[in-house]
Amino acid sequence: MRIDCQHVWEYISAYIDGEVDAELRAEIDKHLETCEICSAVLDSTRNVVVLIADERVFEVPAGFSERFHAHIQRALDAAHPDGLNGGDSGMG
Amino acid sequence: MNRYFRLLTANQPGARRPAHFESNRSEAASEALRRSGLEGKWPILILPPEPRDIVWEGRIRGKGSRAKANREQRTLKVTSNPEFEADCIRRVLAGETHLFHDLIRPCERSIYFLLYSLLRNESEAEDAAQDTAIKVYLNLKNFRGDAQFRTWVLSIARNEGLGRLRKAGTRREDSLDAETDEQTGDYTPAILTSWREVPSQALERQELGTMLRKAIGGLPVIYRNVVLLRDIEEMDVRETAQALGISEGAVKVRLHRARALLQKELAPRLEGFAPKSKGLLGWFK
Repeated sequence: MRIDCQHVWEYISAYIDGEVDAELRAEIDKHLETCEICSAVLDSTRNVVVLIADERVFEVPAGFSERFHAHIQRALDAAHPDGLNGGDSGMG
Repeated sequence: MNRYFRLLTANQPGARRPAHFESNRSEAASEALRRSGLEGKWPILILPPEPRDIVWEGRIRGKGSRAKANREQRTLKVTSNPEFEADCIRRVLAGETHLFHDLIRPCERSIYFLLYSLLRNESEAEDAAQDTAIKVYLNLKNFRGDAQFRTWVLSIARNEGLGRLRKAGTRREDSLDAETDEQTGDYTPAILTSWREVPSQALERQELGTMLRKAIGGLPVIYRNVVLLRDIEEMDVRETAQALGISEGAVKVRLHRARALLQKELAPRLEGFAPKSKGLLGWFK
């Protein structure tokens, strides 16, 4: 099987995730050896994936966790006003 | 300081033991904790009774103030631990309700981001996340263990988000139907002839983070959801499919399209963030 650029682009995401079978991977690798465009498309896509996964890109709002657990604790306290809910909130 | 920790049981898919952790895992975990500055704050309570089955994986980098704020919140990317969850659920249902905090803590970040993806508003996403937690608690007895706990929690979060959209009269944007995936579109990537890698250190520049967030925010919601769960929360295909109520095939198609759209949008603009030189001084802004 000989694959073209369009074919490679269709499998870029699966290739990055290691979800293409060995035969197709070998074909893509062979294509990438000689195709600068597909190599650049693959590298840039992979780079974008790595960058967006960085925790500096998406963060929960400041104080989110504290408010989240305080809300839960209020609900637990309301549901168990007799104090039989195990005591400490475990918030930290 | 940016950090990324993952707590894996040794038998979970994807679990791998970094070589430097192999010789003495418990000391390595202690060292990672010490270096992270989280010692004493780390939610050790979430560890299961048999810590020898745990693999810690840590990556610490950066010195940004945003990451500092993040560290103070002790938000973690932590994979689920079925044994711990099952034990915790049993004990919560038996009356040790305070353990619910430890049960839900590893899911809180994913809950928030899924809801933020749907609602696109920080304060509403936070409010919905809190309501989701209460619904999880109230329905805990209905959790069958067929799916991972986090997956079940996220399906409740998703329903909470969709309910709020309906209430607000918003069109059900994430009609998760197959027809959407069958639609043709232009997913041709940005054509480049070469690529200079943009290192993660470039994220110290706030405009880069802003650009990435804006690009993801601009994706159609059905693609944005998948990117958030797969690439940002690092959930696997199966878990993502269950949480979103779509097929695994749809997850793959949507992720592929989302990445293609992001590459097309971002690649030409990322060029300015690539290092100009890799001399002895390393990275130049």
